[in-house]
Amino acid sequence: MGAAQPFFQWSYVTGQWSQISSDLLQHISLSLLALGFGLCLSVPLALLAWRYRVLRPPVFGIASSLYIIPSLALFAILGPITGYVASYPTAEIALVGYTLLILIWNTVAGLDAVPADAREAATAMGYSRRAALVRVELPLALPYVFAGLRVAAATVIGLVTVTALIGLGGLGQQITYGFNIGYYTPIIVGLVLSVVLAALCDLLIVAAQRLAVPWSRSSHRTQVR
Amino acid sequence: MEIWDHFRHFVASVAAWFTTAANWKGPSGIPELVWRQTELSLVVVVGAILIGGGIGLVLGHTGRGGLVAVNAANAARAVPSLALLTLFAIVPWISLKWGGFLAAFLALVVLAIPPILTNTFVGMREVDAEVRDAAKAMGLTGGQVLRSVELPLAIPFLMAGIRTASIEVVATSTLAAYVSYTDLGTPVISGLNTNNTVEAFAGALLVAALAAVVALGFGVLQRILTPIPLRRTMPRGLGAATRREAPALA
Repeated sequence: MGAAQPFFQWSYVTGQWSQISSDLLQHISLSLLALGFGLCLSVPLALLAWRYRVLRPPVFGIASSLYIIPSLALFAILGPITGYVASYPTAEIALVGYTLLILIWNTVAGLDAVPADAREAATAMGYSRRAALVRVELPLALPYVFAGLRVAAATVIGLVTVTALIGLGGLGQQITYGFNIGYYTPIIVGLVLSVVLAALCDLLIVAAQRLAVPWSRSSHRTQVR
Repeated sequence: MEIWDHFRHFVASVAAWFTTAANWKGPSGIPELVWRQTELSLVVVVGAILIGGGIGLVLGHTGRGGLVAVNAANAARAVPSLALLTLFAIVPWISLKWGGFLAAFLALVVLAIPPILTNTFVGMREVDAEVRDAAKAMGLTGGQVLRSVELPLAIPFLMAGIRTASIEVVATSTLAAYVSYTDLGTPVISGLNTNNTVEAFAGALLVAALAAVVALGFGVLQRILTPIPLRRTMPRGLGAATRREAPALA
């Protein structure tokens, strides 16, 4: 690459579209898997931590530890444990780990924020403990869960690029490719597509929230940071 | 019991890596790598406090630009740090400056500004309007209100932003080893590249330890720097942040 290369070349995008789109698809699948697993794990864990206060320190402690360890380090730590470094399990365990704290945090905060009036009304109407949880408390906590999901989605979509350093990467492969041959365009393609993906995902989550929680106008402040 | 033997061998190899004298000496010794990562992170965070904190204070004091200031942190989260690092690292007049320090600094400072800016702004706006009015009624000038009323009251938020940014920067400076810089990320990256899982694992343990020290250290620092009357509302530690602040981690 010459010193005076243009900052962006459309010809690269049109010429390499099949590679770019397959990287994009891998990015989407890595992100969706992490968010799906993250939700499936965090909601039950959050319920346990909320119901039994003794469980809060261990649940939050483990989730915080996973969250603090930098992604690259977590891949290198998990590599020998999962057996081989460049693998979906390594990437996914780490990515799911990052969603846990955000999602558990928000779910517990949402359940804590359920007004006592609503809880008492449910009891007065004869709801059992479990029925009140499923039909009153969880729905009222949903805006918080959605807020957490938005943060988790943005975080995961950004972090997937780092998995390029262990041979996966989705759009991260465009970034490492551009870096290795000293070419701006693939890096910008990776950056822009990943930001666009995060923005689209955010819009989808907001739309889902409008459908699931019509009474909230998504005005709840994002809970994590 | 093959797996068990394998595990024991791996642990022994990692322990051997840590006890090898050569890994503690010279320009790629552990103390030097820790120092280089700390040095880079410190310079980046100070730069981000000056820029992001400054902008946040001005916007918060005047009450303008709120939409941008509040959304900056969320928007920045979606930008892949690896892309910024690699981009700066291949710009010819940046790439090799100061042993790769400049490229890493620029990319990391871009990451570190938004959380500090957002938190400073929010902290300034959270100051009770009546307190601000009372200060003005007592004859304080705009600058005095900012310095002796708004800033002290906004410190818990400002510190939360600095903590978030610092943890993010320490974590991401590991990635700087991929593009230009030499720090604790270097053994991790070279270990991953050469399939030396022991080196990668040992480096990763050091990185994780440094990140944990920074995260825990900030909990303590935040408490010390908060004006005593405000301390009751402070988070107690990791995972125990108040609802308003939330866990400010990487």
